Amino acid sequence: MVERRPLLTFLTHAGLILGIIVIAFPLYVTFVASTLTLEQVLEVPMRLLPGDQFWANYAQVLGAGSTRGSSAPVAPMMLNSLIMALVIAVGKIAISIISAFAIVYFRFPLRNFFFWMIFVTLMLPVEVRIIPTYKVVADLGMLDSYAGLTLPLIASATATFLFRQFFLTVPDELAEAARMDGAGPMRFFFDVLLPLSSTTIAALFVIQFIYGWNQYLWPLLITNDESMYTAVIGIKRMIVGGDALTEWNLVMATAILAMLPPALVVLLMQKWFVKGLVDTEK
Amino acid sequence: MASVQLKNVVKRYGRGKTSNQVIHGVNAEIRDGEFIVIVGPSGCGKSTLLRMVAGLEEISDGEILIGDKVVNQMEPADRDIAMVFQNYALYPHMTVFDNMAYALKIAKVPVSEIKTRVDKAAGILELAPYLARKPRELSGGQRQRVAMGRAIVRQPQVFLFDEPLSNLDAKLRAQTRLEIQKLHRELGITSLFVTHDQVEAMTLAQRMIVMNGGVMEQFGTPEEVYTRPATTFVASFIGSPPMNLLRDAPDARADTIVGIRPEHLDITETGWALRVEAVEMLGAERLVYGRWSHGTGQEMVIIRTEEADAVPAIGATIHVTPRPDRLHAFDAKTGKRL
Repeated sequence: MVERRPLLTFLTHAGLILGIIVIAFPLYVTFVASTLTLEQVLEVPMRLLPGDQFWANYAQVLGAGSTRGSSAPVAPMMLNSLIMALVIAVGKIAISIISAFAIVYFRFPLRNFFFWMIFVTLMLPVEVRIIPTYKVVADLGMLDSYAGLTLPLIASATATFLFRQFFLTVPDELAEAARMDGAGPMRFFFDVLLPLSSTTIAALFVIQFIYGWNQYLWPLLITNDESMYTAVIGIKRMIVGGDALTEWNLVMATAILAMLPPALVVLLMQKWFVKGLVDTEK
Repeated sequence: MASVQLKNVVKRYGRGKTSNQVIHGVNAEIRDGEFIVIVGPSGCGKSTLLRMVAGLEEISDGEILIGDKVVNQMEPADRDIAMVFQNYALYPHMTVFDNMAYALKIAKVPVSEIKTRVDKAAGILELAPYLARKPRELSGGQRQRVAMGRAIVRQPQVFLFDEPLSNLDAKLRAQTRLEIQKLHRELGITSLFVTHDQVEAMTLAQRMIVMNGGVMEQFGTPEEVYTRPATTFVASFIGSPPMNLLRDAPDARADTIVGIRPEHLDITETGWALRVEAVEMLGAERLVYGRWSHGTGQEMVIIRTEEADAVPAIGATIHVTPRPDRLHAFDAKTGKRL
């Protein structure tokens, strides 16, 4: 909005503040709960000021997990999640940028057919093909392994499509100039295309890292061994069913821990992200 | 440096019955060190021809020789040529230095040699202060010079220019034209320059190829092309305003077209009678548009007169006489010069 009117300014600010409250309040409650003792968490209504159990709760979950639910420590789970998210993000980007490169810059028989094949898989999310995928992974003996956690999630039609769209905007003359300069296709890819895609890569990395980190269903199926749990699964395993009492303060501490890395990635990559959107280097 | 020979060069897209032929057998022999301009209207195949020499388009038929080697099957990089693209095609993420050095780096030229060559080219093109900048921090004219620098550092046998001036404003274009001429004098490298602008063609060319519809209409010096156009197309394409091509001229035979440039018609007491339709003042000269008082009345004759001459009144009848040694005759059917 270009207009400057006090009422409009007030309304927009009011709207934004309201939005922030709606989003931030649950996070705040989570944080407060993670700093209380179990008894304090169970009080109704729960207090809204942080307690003094911050260090105790976080040390407990990081080092030893919960006492009543799963007793797996969260620190190794965080590492598992990190490995999974990184491998998925990097793997997805690597594979899709190469396939997009092939589809855009090479002429081979059935090129369009392959592109549409990739495109069609966009419509098949993990959940739809989860049973056959599980069967394949189990037969290959990849249960309870990093390979089993990451490989089935690496192929990405979305990222391939995004890179394809980006490559189509790169002027043909650039490829021709590289050809005149004596650069072979792979040289052109590494020297020209890859640096030009850096901002697209950054954007995709953020999205895919969060996607990998937040995976729930797949790791739930594939991991039985506590040492292979991811942080998200860790939260689930801490919640005990039946009449037993769930230690919500510890669950909340784990939730906060599980939220931190994706938030950090977004915050750290934001600069790049915006820079990529503002700079038009083409 | 090398000569370039085009032998019956044909380009067609597609195969069999659906194929679309866009270049119909061009023959030209370009001498070592010559500056050749390929000129024609858009869609005439001039860029395609250049890209075939560059190796970016396949040659459907015929042969292209650079030096004494047939290059039909050679990769662009192996043809020992350099090209300046219309939109410059600079690598946006590389500095000016890296842009110019890229080809040498790939060719594994030693680093010290790369530096000497790039510095030398930057000196010639006055780019030395900008070597550390990225292309987006340069003006259009500077980018254009980087593109030329990139071609120069490779010390190629042949320079190819694909409408390199069309993205510059009029003033810069004139200036760059002079720079290209100077560069060619200094380096003496065989050059092929594609343009649709006849002023560029006339000023830059040592010899020019005029193309139309995939056919080479004429190959000759600018003077030949101007004074002895080979076809009616060349006559009407080169020169502004174009040559009058008259079917209804008095004393003309039915199967010929009479050509006369506007500046070779003098207003006289007697001669061809014309009714004045419009008069345009262009500063140093004046254009008088007249129509025959006989024939279909469709044909327009343009006369270029000195600014000092008397202004004919619109609607008045004037008489013009062509200078006999400047009259051209073309076959009415084929358009070829007789």
